Amino acid sequence: MVGSEVILLDFWPSMFGMRVRIALAEKGIEYDYKEQDLPDKSTLLLEMNPVHKKIPVLIHKGKPINESCIIVQYIDETWKDKSPLMPSDPYTRAQARFWADYVDKKVYDALKKSGTLKGEQQEKAKKEFIEILKVLEGQIGEKPYFMGESFGYADIALVTFYCWFYTFETLGNYSIEKECPKLIAWAKRCMQRESVSKTLPDSKKIYEFFMEMRSKLGHDHIQKVEDFSPFRGRGVFLKHGRLVRIRY
Amino acid sequence: MANEVKLHGVTRSPFVCRAVIALNLKDVKYEFVDEDLSNKSSDLIKYNPVYKKVPVLLHNGNPISESLVIVEYIDEVWKGVPLLPQDAYEKAQARFWAKFMDDKCFPTVFKAVTSLGEEQAVAEVHEALQFLENELKVKGSKFFGGDNINLVDIAATFVAFWIGAVEEALGIELLPKDKFPKLTEWSDNYVNCQAVKDSLPPREDLIAIYKKRFGKA
Repeated sequence: MVGSEVILLDFWPSMFGMRVRIALAEKGIEYDYKEQDLPDKSTLLLEMNPVHKKIPVLIHKGKPINESCIIVQYIDETWKDKSPLMPSDPYTRAQARFWADYVDKKVYDALKKSGTLKGEQQEKAKKEFIEILKVLEGQIGEKPYFMGESFGYADIALVTFYCWFYTFETLGNYSIEKECPKLIAWAKRCMQRESVSKTLPDSKKIYEFFMEMRSKLGHDHIQKVEDFSPFRGRGVFLKHGRLVRIRY
Repeated sequence: MANEVKLHGVTRSPFVCRAVIALNLKDVKYEFVDEDLSNKSSDLIKYNPVYKKVPVLLHNGNPISESLVIVEYIDEVWKGVPLLPQDAYEKAQARFWAKFMDDKCFPTVFKAVTSLGEEQAVAEVHEALQFLENELKVKGSKFFGGDNINLVDIAATFVAFWIGAVEEALGIELLPKDKFPKLTEWSDNYVNCQAVKDSLPPREDLIAIYKKRFGKA
């Protein structure tokens, strides 16, 4: 689409990119979606996010906004006429920010560890991951959404991980629903919103993507867990002690 | 309605200092509750059960945790000096750089400090600080916030003040003036702002703490 006012640089399985897609859908914003080949980063991506070189990047009228949570707030503040994503009072807003930040600090790394480590380390990682989910579940409590009656920012921050649960449950041989039934009930409630159900890819598709990428990387020989990331990093990994670039 | 404000913290923490600076900029009257982090108060654990860390701001008994969340909250509740730009795009940029301080700058500085200035660790600090140097160059202004300090400057308080203390305490160099002229100039201007000056802990105290905590035995 030539001269599109809103462009999104993204990568389909990214839970961070999905946050932005949900926010755009909630607001009914039309945009030009540009799928990024992450190992082979485009000039546009490098130009628009020179600091982190990561997706998602929202480009609005030619100007880039980076970091998914910051993008979601930007979308909410720029398109004010419908579907407010942030709570209206400052205190609840602060709580929403706190919980989105908690998801950012805790969920991604714990999820990754629980699926990629082995043996005793994996068991420990699974336990930690469930503990984190229980904290989030506790925060939601009996409310329909994180902050109360309305779906919003904090829900968006977490719900995009839902399509990744199946992958890590399968790898780690456990059931998140069994451990955190209320959290899954919340996720399913969010999935009833079109913005969420149309954005999150099918869990099996995510699983296939992950397994394909893992086989290309040769899982057993990945030396650093933190390198094993489809969405961060530079598509360069350590394999048998040598740097390799992986295309997927 | 009563407007009771308390801040749970420790004076040596650059994160607590962010909240102190924001409160001082807004001229908010508050009570500082000094915490002993080796023996956390039941209040701290009650108000921040998730992390059990400082700072925690209590506004009429309602707790808010995480320094950057606290600073934004202070900005939204108390009018006066704005801590964030009005424009949505500029606001997003400010949040980006504030997050950058926590995601990249602080961890690299911490690693350099705990490794007592190991070469690779210091190189990573310089890589992170270079982005800040460039940002100041591009902006061409006195502060990250322009003519006045904003969220980004506040988030970078540890760069302006804590790095110098740690350098002196451990005899390492993290922010060489010749490599970072803009950042050095910004640091001098920033620590001389009244609200910042009123909020910083005594430098000798920090130096003593760091000598004890990280220095060679």
